[in-house]
Parts: sequence; structure tokens; C-alpha cells
Amino acid sequence: MAWLMAIFQTLLFIGLAPLLAGWIKRVKCRLQNRKAPSLFQPYRDLRKLYRKRPIVPHPASWIFRAAPYIVFASTVLAAATVPLVAIHLPTARVADVIVLVGFFALGRTFLVLAGMDIGTTFGGMGSSREMTISSLAEPAMLMAVFTLAMSAHTTNLSQAVNFVLDSGLVLRPSFVFAMGGLILVAIAETGRIPVDNPATHLELTMIHEAMILEYSGRWLALIEWASQIKLMLYGVLIANIFFPWGIAETFTLNALGMGLGMIVLKLAVLAVMLALSEVLFAKMRIFRVQEYLSFAYLLSVLGMLSHIILEAAR
Amino acid sequence: MNEVSRNATVAESADTGRTFYTMLVSEGIKARLIAPSPLPPADVIELESGDWGRCGQQAGAQGWRWAGAWAEDRGSHLAMNAGLEKHGRYLILRTALPADNPALPSQAPHYWAADRVERHIQDLFGIRFIDHPDPKRWTRHRAWEETVHPLRKHFPADGTPSSPTPPDNDYPFLKAQGASVYEIPVGPVHAGIIEPGHFRFQAVGETVLHLEERLGYVHKGIEKIAEGRDPRGLVRLAGRVSGDTTVGHAWAACMAMERAAKVEIPSRAAYIRGLLAERERIGNHLLDLGALCNDVGFAAGYYQFGRLRELWLRENQALFGHRLMMDVLIPGGVTVDVSPETVRRMRDSAASLRRELDELLPILDANSSLEDRFLTTGVLSVDLASALGALGYVGRASGRSFDVRRDAPYPPYDRLNVRVPVETQGDVASRFWVRYKELRAGLRLIEQILTGLPPGDLSAQWQTPAENAEGLGAVEGWRGEILCYVRFGAHGRISRYYPRDPSIINWPALEKLVMGNIVPDFPVCNKSVNGSYSGHDL
Repeated sequence: MAWLMAIFQTLLFIGLAPLLAGWIKRVKCRLQNRKAPSLFQPYRDLRKLYRKRPIVPHPASWIFRAAPYIVFASTVLAAATVPLVAIHLPTARVADVIVLVGFFALGRTFLVLAGMDIGTTFGGMGSSREMTISSLAEPAMLMAVFTLAMSAHTTNLSQAVNFVLDSGLVLRPSFVFAMGGLILVAIAETGRIPVDNPATHLELTMIHEAMILEYSGRWLALIEWASQIKLMLYGVLIANIFFPWGIAETFTLNALGMGLGMIVLKLAVLAVMLALSEVLFAKMRIFRVQEYLSFAYLLSVLGMLSHIILEAAR
Repeated sequence: MNEVSRNATVAESADTGRTFYTMLVSEGIKARLIAPSPLPPADVIELESGDWGRCGQQAGAQGWRWAGAWAEDRGSHLAMNAGLEKHGRYLILRTALPADNPALPSQAPHYWAADRVERHIQDLFGIRFIDHPDPKRWTRHRAWEETVHPLRKHFPADGTPSSPTPPDNDYPFLKAQGASVYEIPVGPVHAGIIEPGHFRFQAVGETVLHLEERLGYVHKGIEKIAEGRDPRGLVRLAGRVSGDTTVGHAWAACMAMERAAKVEIPSRAAYIRGLLAERERIGNHLLDLGALCNDVGFAAGYYQFGRLRELWLRENQALFGHRLMMDVLIPGGVTVDVSPETVRRMRDSAASLRRELDELLPILDANSSLEDRFLTTGVLSVDLASALGALGYVGRASGRSFDVRRDAPYPPYDRLNVRVPVETQGDVASRFWVRYKELRAGLRLIEQILTGLPPGDLSAQWQTPAENAEGLGAVEGWRGEILCYVRFGAHGRISRYYPRDPSIINWPALEKLVMGNIVPDFPVCNKSVNGSYSGHDL
């Protein structure tokens, strides 16, 4: 039963990710005074792409062919470790933040390699930018996570969520800082404005899109889907670690239904905030991204310091 | 500028053509000032071909702006012309060359802007430019051989049988060498819906060391297919030199033909032309302002300006029958009238556009993330802009205030108060705000035109000009000064047509202003200049 639940939760992750993307798009459209496409448009796009034959560039090696599957698989595995509607699942044993970061790194490595594999300038350019950004984003993310870990005395996500639930509504300055850091990292890592512009057609300004320019058909669908899952994953991470209330602690139908309803609500609110910031800000100049990520790192370090100074004594 | 100071400017510069001529003679250059001028209001000076380069040097030293050049096959010989401008006065230098193996000292060493224009002439007429700093081919890709010169009269008007043109793959781009220098080829096919052009970057990391443009992908042979057209047909063609400047080019062509045929257009027609030109300016500036926002990922601005432009174009469609106002100008006048109902609608729409801009302005002005991307990006220094003779908003963002409407006024602008905004920072932000201010100035002009719209006919009777009659038109299109040269052949048919779009002058500015910027800032730099590919390639 519990295993079934774990599988169901992962499937839910995969299934709902395009819906979240559609919702963000919808909110953004409304904020820009435009008519929005249907909430289900991302599903239709994926279906359309999935039916198309991928075109493989001549110089492509096995890395280019394998990368979409590795990226998708690693993202799905990462999703499996994050508590979505319930905690205490059997996957909780491996639901470690370090594992999560590792899965992301695996997918990214192959995406970056695939970007360089075909030897086009844009691919190499995108890969180089992606590595620059992630080398700055990962320490900031780990630092934010360690702040949590010091409070919860674990790097296990499930236990961390449980810890926050058990300790009730307490204002922890360290958590506020860590959340700030994690949100900034999430925006950078999922390629949203102001770091990257997922909607641009200008190759020279792209980061994530530049790496996948040569992908088409079902391979593109897999990569697109993976990035939608990744976006949702970060959303769930932020929502469930800092505001875990509502998540199911038992496997009763009521608790699960409540858990699902709450996470949908939390994600919807986070998405509105993301869309709002994307409408309000222009994209940063690329060399500003390091300042931005340094700020994220600073927030995380402040979180850790405030934990040591203000909270650890207790 | 008010009436008094404008007259003062004209008075102090009234004899600059003659002054230059006197100076040339005192320098020992054999020159002849043709009187009366065949291209009024411009003066024409005839030179020996060997003095062409020296004369360019003198003109540069005297502060004349190099405004364009065109050649002409006159059967027995080739004629070469260069246009200069100073204080709103135009001066045409002219020389004759033998049809066989023609060569001419280049003016490009003295005028940066002459570089590509001379190479265009070299490719299409086979005139060799001596001492040209960079004489490689330009407009010619591989559609015709080096020995073939399509604008010579014996070349068939419908071209030679065409097979697919081989790819242009041996163009000698400048190469940078050294550790970690790499090359980024961009285009000619782009991801957005824009015209084709190739950009070759040499970069280190994200910093642009050098950019080389390669244009000519939309060479349509406009100069050739103009030959033999009737005046009305030429205006139709001129309206398609660059689709977004259809009124500007059509007006320039009309003006050149009307001056050649000595046709005086009714005052009402001139006012309506002004109205159409300002509407075109406003529509295009709205598009550019939005596109600049979009290129830095500020989609909200893009959609707001896009909406305003769409409403503006729909009104064009409703009032003048075409969204871009194509084919509403004819030689001698216009085909569309402005009824009291139209006046009312235009006043309403201008007022509502003003209102919306007032709402939008604080949002844009207060957005620090937008400011951060625009300020100090793509700086074209005042010196560079002046060396190039940059036109339109590109020049005006870098301290050059020249505007044909104010400095060489033609009806209806001779009776209107034209305000020309100028900035001196020369960055993307300057070009953004100059556009915005021009847009507001355009709205004021529309108001003035609607108020002063005189009654009368829409067009004058066309009179077939004598063979060899020639005319020069100069109007301020939305991108800047458009020059147009027309010569009539027998039976009132066109024998030579040369439209000089402002893009031809402004394109090289992009190569310079992007240097030292980072690669991802190129799109916004490019958009801030927004040269026309079609207008450049002809």
C-alpha cells in the first residue's frame, strides 16, 4: 500500500507538472492583458511533440541521443524523493536533500554535454552559461538546505517536514532567510526571469534553451516535460518545507485528499507570485546573475548564522 | 525651432554650395558649378574623375555630411554622383567615367559611410574604387559573376535564367585569433520573424571583440526593375523598398519625380502626406518601443506597446484602406482624403494614445530592471555618430539633431513647428527615449496638421517631363533622412531610380556600438538601431 502510494505520488508529480506550467502561463497572460491559452495547452504541446520524429544532427553522438532519457529519468527520480501529498512513504528512506541535488546534477551534466556534443556555437554557449550559473547556485542551495538540516537534525526531507509539523507555528529567522535563498536559487535553476527567459526566441540571450536548440520531436518533449517537473519540484520543496501544513501524515483517504488539495493551493499561490515577478522585472544582464546568486548564498549563510546565534542555544 | 531662427540658419548657410565650389577652385581642383542647378534645391558641382577622392577629403574637412552615392549608366559613359549635406543644404558632386574599365578614387578613406555604398556600386556597375580601405564584394553574393554588372543598361531587366544561387560561403570575414577567442555565426535565418542578415561575432567569453555584418540576402534588384516604369508604377515600387517605410519611400520618390517634372502638388495633398508620414512614424516607434522591452525579457511592455500599435494600424486600415498605408501616395498628390469624420476620429485616437502613454511612462521609467539593461548598453559616442553621419533616432540619441523636416523643410513641414528631441548618451536607453519623444512630437504634429489642413484638390495634373529630366527627393522617414534620385527617360518612363534608405548609413553604427558589450546584449543593441534589411539590400 505504502509503495503503491509512493508510485502514485510520483505519477501525480509527472502528471501535474504540465498543468502547473499551464497555470503560470495563464496567470502571466492575464497580468499582461492577454487572452490565455487553455490550462491544458502544455499537455497538447507535449502530445504534439511526442508524435513527431526527432531530427538528429549529423555530428551527434550517443550522448545527444541518451541525454533526453537521462534528464527525464533523473528528474522523475528526484521527484520521487520529494514529499508531495504525504510523508512517511517508503521512498522517505532515500529522500535525502543531498540525493536530490545529486539527481539534478546528473541531469544537468548530460544536458550540458548534449549541448556541446553537436558542436554548434549556441549549444556550447548555453552549456557554458548553464555551468557558470549552476556552479554558483548549487552552493547557495546546499547552504539553505543545511540551515534546515541544523534545525531538524537531518538532511532527510520527509523527517524535516515532520520536524516542522511537530514544532508547530514558530517563527524561525533562519527559515525565513533560507527560504529567501532557496526561492532565488529555484528561479535561477528553473530558468525563469530574471535569470533566463523561457519564452525568448533570441538565441544569443538563451541559457537553457540554447542547450536544447537542436532537439526536436519526442526528445524535445521529454526535456520540456522534465523542466516542467523540475519547476514543480522546486515549488513543492518550498511549499512543503516551509509551509507543510495540510500534508498527509496517514494514508487515509481524507488525509490524502486534504494533502492534495493543500499542495495544489500552495503551488497555485506560488505560481501567481512567480508570474507576478516575471511580469514586473526585465531579464538581468547575464553578469548580474552572479551578484544575484551571491545574494542567494548570502541569505542562506545569514540563515545559518541566525540559527547558530539565535536558535541553537535553546 | 521657431520661424526666426530657422530663417537665420538658412540665411547663414545659403551659399554653402557656392562657398565649397570657390574653395575647390582655390585648391586647384577643376570644378564646375552648374547653374541653374538641375537638381534644385541641391547645388551640383561637376568634377574631373581623378579629383573625386581629393574632393571628398575637402568636403570632410569642411564639415559636409556624406549622404549617399549612386552611379548611372548613360550609354556612352557612366555618371557617378555623391550627395553631401551641411546645415540643411544639399550638394551633389558629379563626375563622368568611361564605360570600359571605370575606376575612381574612393571617398571611403574620408567618409566611413561611403564604404558599403561604394562597394554596392562596385558590384552593380563594375566601377573600381581606388584606395578603398576594404574593397571586397558587398551586395553581390553568388547570384551573378564578378564580371557581370546588373545595373548596366545592356543587362536584361528580367535578369538571367536563374538556378538556385549557391551558398555564399567564401566571403572573407575578419578572423580573430588567440586563446579562447571563438566565433559565433548568427543568421541569415533567425528564430524570430525578422529579415535575413548574417552577423559574425568574434568573442572572448561573453565579450564581443568584433562584429562583422553580412547583408544582401534580400537583394531584389529594385534599382533594375524600376527602369522603364511609369511614374505611378515607380511609386508602387518605392512603397515596397522597405515595407515599414512605405509612406516615406513613396513620398521621397514622388518628391523626386515632381521636382523633375516641375509639378507643384496642392497644399492639401502635402498636408495629407505629412499626416500619413507621421502616422507611419508613430506606428513604427510603438512597435520598436515594445520590441526593445521584449528583447530584455520585459514582456509586459512588449504587449502594451503591441496593443497600442495594433489599434493604430487598425485605424490606418479603417481610414486609409491599408494597415501600413501602402499605395496611398501617387505622383502629384494622394488618393485618400480626410473628411471631418476622419479628423474627429484621428483626434480621438491621438488623445487616447496620449492618455495611455501617460499611464505607461511612469511604469517604464520607474522600472529599475529595465533601466539596468538599457543604460550604458551599446554606446555610440557622439564622435562616432558624427563621423558616420548617423541618421534618425540613432543620430539623435548621440547628439546629432539633423532632421529634414526642420533643417531642409518641405511642405507641409515648412509651415509646422517641428520639435526634434536630442540626447547625447548614445546608449540603448537614449535610443529608446528618443523614440518615445519623437512619438509624442509626432502626435503634436498630427494635431497641427489636422488644425491647419487647407481645402483644395488631392492631386495635381501629372505632366510628362522631358527626356533626361532628373530630380532629387529628401524626406524624413521614421528611420531618418531618405534620399531619392530619379531620372526620366523617353516618354516619361523611369530611366534611373535610387532610393537611399537611412539604414544604409546606420547599419555600420551597430558594428561599432556593440563592441565591448556582452553577446547576450546584442539583440537589444540591434533592435535599438533597427536597420531595415530590405531598404539596405535594395
